[in-house]
Amino acid sequence: MPSLGADMESAVLMEWHVKEGDAVKKGQIIAEVETSKGVIEIEVFEDGIVKKLLVAPETDCKVGMPLAIIASADDTMAQTEKTKQKSITKEQNLAQEERIKISPAARKRAVELGVDLNQITPIEGVIQLSQIEAVAPTKEKSADKEKFKDGMRQAIAAAMSRSNAEIPHYYLATSINMTPALEYLKELNRERNINERILPVALLVRAVVLSLKEVPQLNGFWQDSEMQLSKEIHPGIAIALRGGGLITPALVDAQEMSLDDTMHSLSELITRTRTGKLRSSEMTQQTITITNLGDLGVESVYGVIYPPQLAIVGFGAIMNKPWAEKDALCVRKVMSATLAGDHRATDGRIGALFLDKLNRYLQKPEELL
Amino acid sequence: MELDLNKAKEFYKEMLLIRRFEEKCVELYSNQKIRGFLHLYIGEEAIAVGVMSALSQEDAVFATYREHGHAIAHGVSAKSMMAEMFGKMEGCSRGRGGSMHLFDGATRFYGGSAIVAGALPLAVGMALADKMMKRNRVTVCIFGDGAVAEGEFHESLNLAALWKLPVLFVCENNRYAMGTALKYTESETDIYKKAASYKISSKQIDGMSVMDVAQAAKEAIASIHKEQAPMFLECLTYRFRAHSMFDAELYRQKSEVEEWKRKDPLTLFENSLKDKNMWSEIDRAEMEDEIKNTIDEAVTFAENGTLEPIEDLERFVYSEASHG
Amino acid sequence: MDNITTYREAVKEAIRKAMREDERVFLMGEDVGHYGGCYAVSMGLLDEFGAERIIDTPLSESAFTGAGIGAAMNGMRPIVEIMTVNFSLLALDQIMNNAATLLHMSGGQFNVPLVIRMATGGGKQLAAQHSHSLEGWFAHIPGLKVLTPATIQDAYEMVGLALADPDPVLIFENALLYNSKGSLDVHATPTPIGKALIHKVGKDITIVSYGISLFKALEASKTLAEDGIDAEVIDLRSLRPLDDETIMNSIKKTHKVIIVDEGWKSGSISAEIMARINEQAFYELDAPMERVCTAEVPIPYAKHLEDAALPNPEKIVAMAKKMMGKS
Repeated sequence: MPSLGADMESAVLMEWHVKEGDAVKKGQIIAEVETSKGVIEIEVFEDGIVKKLLVAPETDCKVGMPLAIIASADDTMAQTEKTKQKSITKEQNLAQEERIKISPAARKRAVELGVDLNQITPIEGVIQLSQIEAVAPTKEKSADKEKFKDGMRQAIAAAMSRSNAEIPHYYLATSINMTPALEYLKELNRERNINERILPVALLVRAVVLSLKEVPQLNGFWQDSEMQLSKEIHPGIAIALRGGGLITPALVDAQEMSLDDTMHSLSELITRTRTGKLRSSEMTQQTITITNLGDLGVESVYGVIYPPQLAIVGFGAIMNKPWAEKDALCVRKVMSATLAGDHRATDGRIGALFLDKLNRYLQKPEELL
Repeated sequence: MELDLNKAKEFYKEMLLIRRFEEKCVELYSNQKIRGFLHLYIGEEAIAVGVMSALSQEDAVFATYREHGHAIAHGVSAKSMMAEMFGKMEGCSRGRGGSMHLFDGATRFYGGSAIVAGALPLAVGMALADKMMKRNRVTVCIFGDGAVAEGEFHESLNLAALWKLPVLFVCENNRYAMGTALKYTESETDIYKKAASYKISSKQIDGMSVMDVAQAAKEAIASIHKEQAPMFLECLTYRFRAHSMFDAELYRQKSEVEEWKRKDPLTLFENSLKDKNMWSEIDRAEMEDEIKNTIDEAVTFAENGTLEPIEDLERFVYSEASHG
Repeated sequence: MDNITTYREAVKEAIRKAMREDERVFLMGEDVGHYGGCYAVSMGLLDEFGAERIIDTPLSESAFTGAGIGAAMNGMRPIVEIMTVNFSLLALDQIMNNAATLLHMSGGQFNVPLVIRMATGGGKQLAAQHSHSLEGWFAHIPGLKVLTPATIQDAYEMVGLALADPDPVLIFENALLYNSKGSLDVHATPTPIGKALIHKVGKDITIVSYGISLFKALEASKTLAEDGIDAEVIDLRSLRPLDDETIMNSIKKTHKVIIVDEGWKSGSISAEIMARINEQAFYELDAPMERVCTAEVPIPYAKHLEDAALPNPEKIVAMAKKMMGKS
């Protein structure tokens, strides 16, 4: 079970998309799992052959638990011999270990709930169903919405607490004149039909991505007490769910996208988020987070960094404000952009540089195409 | 008994058909086309032909596992019988019965029972139903001398007599219950006397003479209708072949078999027709040709028959409407 | 339209109704006429229907059972009464070799719409030739249907269901039940052959029973309830066909099962039920399946020995408690 987030402990395997013996290609969706954040697709990272599916659907799996064995095509032959020898040794070991007696119903339930049988003391030598259920009462998968939301709340709580406890944040803010960008969009969209139009959010994301290319120190992770920068830019886009809760799936490889690509990918990402069809890479690969609370009229957002990322960019509402242009005072569309950075990795100067780049791009929106 | 030429031809041809049909069965058994048990009637043909000649289309027949002759004489088609023995769906029992269990609803031929004396109670019940429903029908029950030792024989004769049921009991006394001679198993070897002890009108007749059997059967059927009571015929006969295909016949002398073969029902009837100056009117060669055609057609039909699909294996355990 | 009646009267009423409605129905057996039936089930029917339809037979189980088969093949709907299951062995040839096989041997040409009723069971100090429960044996045979009415309602309904069936149906009436009283609704829609009924819903343990064992199981369930054990009690009603679905669904809920069977354990219907649970619901089991059966002896005469041999509520309670870890 891949870790799809630092806060993820387990997920329920919902459905296999492959069967034993299938050939799989890197990037192919092989399964769907239900996490506390919704249903997510699991990809495979290598080409190969599905040798064995180790877990049945509906099984709750801890992170790190093997779900399937995938052999690379040329491995298959060579390993057969090895496996044979291994399994003989394994059998010998098993014979030496004392077998845990467990009722068939308890065994089935234990697998369903991902309960480790070693933690249970058998009653009169046998592990029974009630014992399994006693150990894992809260892990039971439930379609109940309240439970789902609770689970997500807990996940967010865990991540944010960790962030607050571990990450020394610094905060920067700048006001950006959005009039040129919005005018530009207006012109651009005039010729387009409704589903090809670019929304301001795409422009903002695009500006963040281009700025990160120039200030890469904010794009990556703090891991093992050091900064690990990422060449690829996968901004996590904070998306509110209709039923409540928040998910920040990655816009994967945003550095490769044009403005149109960005818009297109964003709308697709939002749709899939809200229908619970995210891919595993989108849940794990965020290199930075972008949050936009402008819709709600908030002027500025000072975000909390999602560990192990290095920074979070916040956008407030775009509002008519007095704005000094040369010597004249005028009314312009103004937006507050903020940055929270991990002080272990970068200093405020880097953050300031980033915000400056961001501002510049938004003043020359044609460069964002 | 008055015998016209048509009747004579019919009797002779029917007996010859049974004989040739069974000879063909032996050949096909040896070629492994027919399997299971194969009990041959050869030598006893006069009984089947004589008894069946007395029945109307309404009457029912229960027979034994040596029943090819009864089935043919009662009008079951040679084709459907042969297909049955080949285990084909076109067989009279859809390939589920084989040689010992020939069934044919159309002619009210109720088998084909391989439990000695097992069919006697059924015949009693069949006749009981006819009596209760006031149908003017007779049920014929054919069994061998071995059945006489079974309790079901005695229970059934008692019930039929007690309840005055229209049953014609026909005992084919061929002197051996499989390989044990009657004298080793019965204190009273005159079987008709046992029937008489149940107050059933009974008779011992020459089972090698088709004329005698036909006459006795005709009278018996008439009596059953008139008296509303069962009748019993003990037909003395002999099987020329072994009990079944796999039988070394250690229990009887070759000389005994040869002696009985001199009373071959076909020969006896031929002689009797010669006495009556009717034999010259019968074209034996033509008859053989016709019979050969009938049998060849039956074999071809069986060969070309279909094997029931395995998916249908569990059919007919319960009626299709009910399904247990 | 419930009225209180006895098991005996319920069977009689069902026979009477069938005979009034269908002239093909008749009753045949030892002492069914002038004596009124060994267990008085047919008392009075001779007067109503006459000796042609209420037929006293000699002690010839094989012949009159076979005659029932023959009559059934010839358009009648006979009810053959065999005094007790022990005597049915004298008719086993007819039941097994003819009734159960004719339809199949004849390639579907001749069905046998015959009903055979017989008394079964122990508990009356009748010793080793009058006390056995052999219905499980008959349930081994394809071609037969085997019914075990326990309740007054089933005693009534099963006669009609069996007569309506195109194939041979055996009805086993536990002799101790003839005097039992209960309500009967003659207008109720009959529960079909092959459908088990849950007589008490419970969640902790399933008790599968049939015939008189139903009442032992129900009594046991009351005692168990006092100990906080909520037992589900199933009446199989039919041993062939068996209602696998009802059994398995119950086990999916309770995960524990006891089978109560007045037959002997070895090669019994309870063994068959266990085998099916193993095949169909193994992974639902939270404890080994258990059985309460008759001890493996011919039933003895002495009361204390007979009592010890047969299943009873106390044995069921003890077994259930053991399985629930409350012994």
